[in-house]
Amino acid sequence: MATVVVLGAGIAGHTATAFLKKELGKEHDVIVISPSPYYQWIPSNIWVGVGRMKVDQVRFPLEKVYKKWGVIFHQAKALSIHPNGDENTVKPFVMAEYTKEDKAGVPLKVEFDFLVNATGPKLNFEATEGLGPNGFTSSVCAYSHATDAWEKLQQVFKKLENGEKQKIVIGTGHPMATCQGAAFEYILNVAYELKQRKLSDKAELFWLTNEYELGDFGMSGAYVRRNGYITSTKIFAESVLAENNVKWIKRAGVKKVEDGLIHYETLAGEYKTQEFDFAMLIPSFAGAGLKAYDKLGEDITSVLFAPNGFMKVDADYSPKTYEEFNIKDWPETYQNPGYKNIFAVGIAFAPPHPISKPQTNPNGTSIFPTPPRTGMPSGVTGKITAQNIAAWILKGDDSLKHRASMGKMGAACIVSAGFNLFKGQAATMTVNPIVPDWEKYPDYGRDINYTVGEIGLAGHWMKLMLHYMFIHKAKGYPFWWLIPE
Amino acid sequence: MENKNIPKVYYEESYPPVPTKSVKFWRSCVLWQTYRFFVLNFKVMKIVAFGHN
Ligand SMILES: Cc1cc2nc3c(=O)[nH]c(=O)nc-3n(C[C@H](O)[C@H](O)[C@H](O)COP(=O)(O)OP(=O)(O)OC[C@H]3O[C@@H](n4cnc5c(N)ncnc54)[C@H](O)[C@@H]3O)c2cc1C
Repeated sequence: MATVVVLGAGIAGHTATAFLKKELGKEHDVIVISPSPYYQWIPSNIWVGVGRMKVDQVRFPLEKVYKKWGVIFHQAKALSIHPNGDENTVKPFVMAEYTKEDKAGVPLKVEFDFLVNATGPKLNFEATEGLGPNGFTSSVCAYSHATDAWEKLQQVFKKLENGEKQKIVIGTGHPMATCQGAAFEYILNVAYELKQRKLSDKAELFWLTNEYELGDFGMSGAYVRRNGYITSTKIFAESVLAENNVKWIKRAGVKKVEDGLIHYETLAGEYKTQEFDFAMLIPSFAGAGLKAYDKLGEDITSVLFAPNGFMKVDADYSPKTYEEFNIKDWPETYQNPGYKNIFAVGIAFAPPHPISKPQTNPNGTSIFPTPPRTGMPSGVTGKITAQNIAAWILKGDDSLKHRASMGKMGAACIVSAGFNLFKGQAATMTVNPIVPDWEKYPDYGRDINYTVGEIGLAGHWMKLMLHYMFIHKAKGYPFWWLIPE
Repeated sequence: MENKNIPKVYYEESYPPVPTKSVKFWRSCVLWQTYRFFVLNFKVMKIVAFGHN
C-alpha cells in the first residue's frame, strides 16, 4: 500500500487529490494537509468583493467531500519536508501543525511515499509596508479579504451618494506583483457597480500597475484578432479602461502605503504618490515558506526550494536574458530534480524565469510582473501529476508520460466586467500557449486562431457557467471527471 | 470625475478606441451572444484538450 500526501486543497491540490483517489481506489492512502477547512473557488471572489455573491457561494467545507472520497484530511499547516526521514524514521515525512480550533498548534507527522506540494502562493503583504487588510488597502485574494473589501467599498458608495468625491485605486501593490487579471476584473466590476448606482461621475478610478504596457498581464502581452485587425492586448486593455472612464498609471512599483496615500517608484526612477479613498492592490506572491531537512536534521531548504520559496521542479533555472528565454525552460512533469517522489503543482512550483521582459529603473528597483499561473494550468498540472503518480504506483511506470508545459498549454481568462444575466459583460481572453513560442509562431508568439480577446454578454455567461461547473467538479458530484480543468 | 471643460486630447486615455453604439448593441444582443457563447466555449475546450498529453 502506498501513501500519497497532498499539501494544499486549492485548485491544484484538490484536482490532484480527486484524480489520485479516483485512480488509486481504496488500496492506497491519499492524505490531504491544508490549513483551511474550506475549498474556495478563488476566481469568484471578485463577485464577493462587489457584493454580488455571498461567501458561502464561493466555498464549501472539505471534510464531507473527502469523507465521501475516502481521503484522509488533516486541517493543518505543513511546516517542513524531511525527504530522507530522520534518525528515527526510515520513510520520508512531512511535519505540520494543526490549525483546527480544538487542536491548534498540535504537531502532526505524516509519512509519505509520494508528496504533491500544492501550497499555492503566500500572499506577501509584508513585502510592501502598509499593504493589505491589516494595513491600508483591501484585497480580493481570499474570500475573507473580498468580504472586507466589499464592506469598505460600500462605505465609498455611501460617501458618493452623499455627494462626496472619492478616489478608487486598483492594481498591483508591489513592483513585482503578478495576477493583474484579477485586479483588472475587479476594477471593471467596481466601474460597473458605480454605473448601476449612477455614481460614476463622482468617482475617480485609477488602474495602478507595474506592467510596462497595459495588457501585459505578466505574460509579455498578447495579440488578438479584433474587428478585422490583429491588435495587441495593450490596445485591448486601454480600450476597456477608457470605455469605463478609468485612468491609468503604468510602470509603477508600489513601495509603501499610508492612510490614503500610495508611494510608488516609476520605471524612469521618479518617486511619486497617489491619493486614494479605497484601494485594492494585489500583493507580491512568495512560496508557502516550507523548510526541508535531511536525515541528520541539516537544513536542505535550498535543495528543494528556490530563494522565493517556490519548489524547484524540472525547469531550466540557469540565468538567462529575455532574448534567451525559451519555452523549453518551462517544466513538463513538475518533479523535483533532487527527490523523484516529490512534485510541485499550481502556483507552488518555481518558474524558470519571468515571461514579461525584466525591467529595472535607475535606482535599481525591478518593476515588472512575475509570471502568472492561472486556474487552468493549476488544475492541469494537478491532474497530470496525479496520473503520473498513479501509473507509478499501480504499474511501476516511472516514465511520467503525462506532460504539460506552460509553453504548450493554453489558458482562458474570463474577466468579468459586470454581474447581470442580460446586462452583464466579460472580456474573454484566451492565449495559446501561455508562454510565447517565438520559434513556432514567429509573428505573434502564439497561435492567433486560439488567442481571443472579446467583450460581451457571452463572456459573463461563460464565467457564471464556469463558477457552477467548477464547484460541481470540486464537490465530486456525478461525472465530475468529465469537466475539463 | 470628468472635467467637461478640458478638451479630451493629449491624455493617454484619449487615444485608445472606444466602442460605438453598434458595437455595444452586438455585445449585449442575446441572439448574437448565444452564438458567440458556443464559439468561445468551443475554442476554450480545444485549448484545454490539446494543452497536455
Ligand atoms: C481574485 C482572483 C481571481 C482570479 N481569477 C481567475 C480566473 O478568472 N481565471 C483563472 O484561471 N485564474 C484566476 N485566478 C488565479 C487562480 O485563482 C490561481 O491560479 C489558483 O488558485 C492557483 O491554484 P493553487 O492550487 O496553486 O493555489 P491556491 O488555490 O491558492 O491553493 C493553495 C492551497 O494551499 C493551502 N496552503 C497554503 N499554505 C499551506 C501549508 N503551509 N500547508 C498546507 N497547505 C497550505 C491553502 O490553504 C490552499 O488550500 C484568480 C486569482 C485571484 C486571487
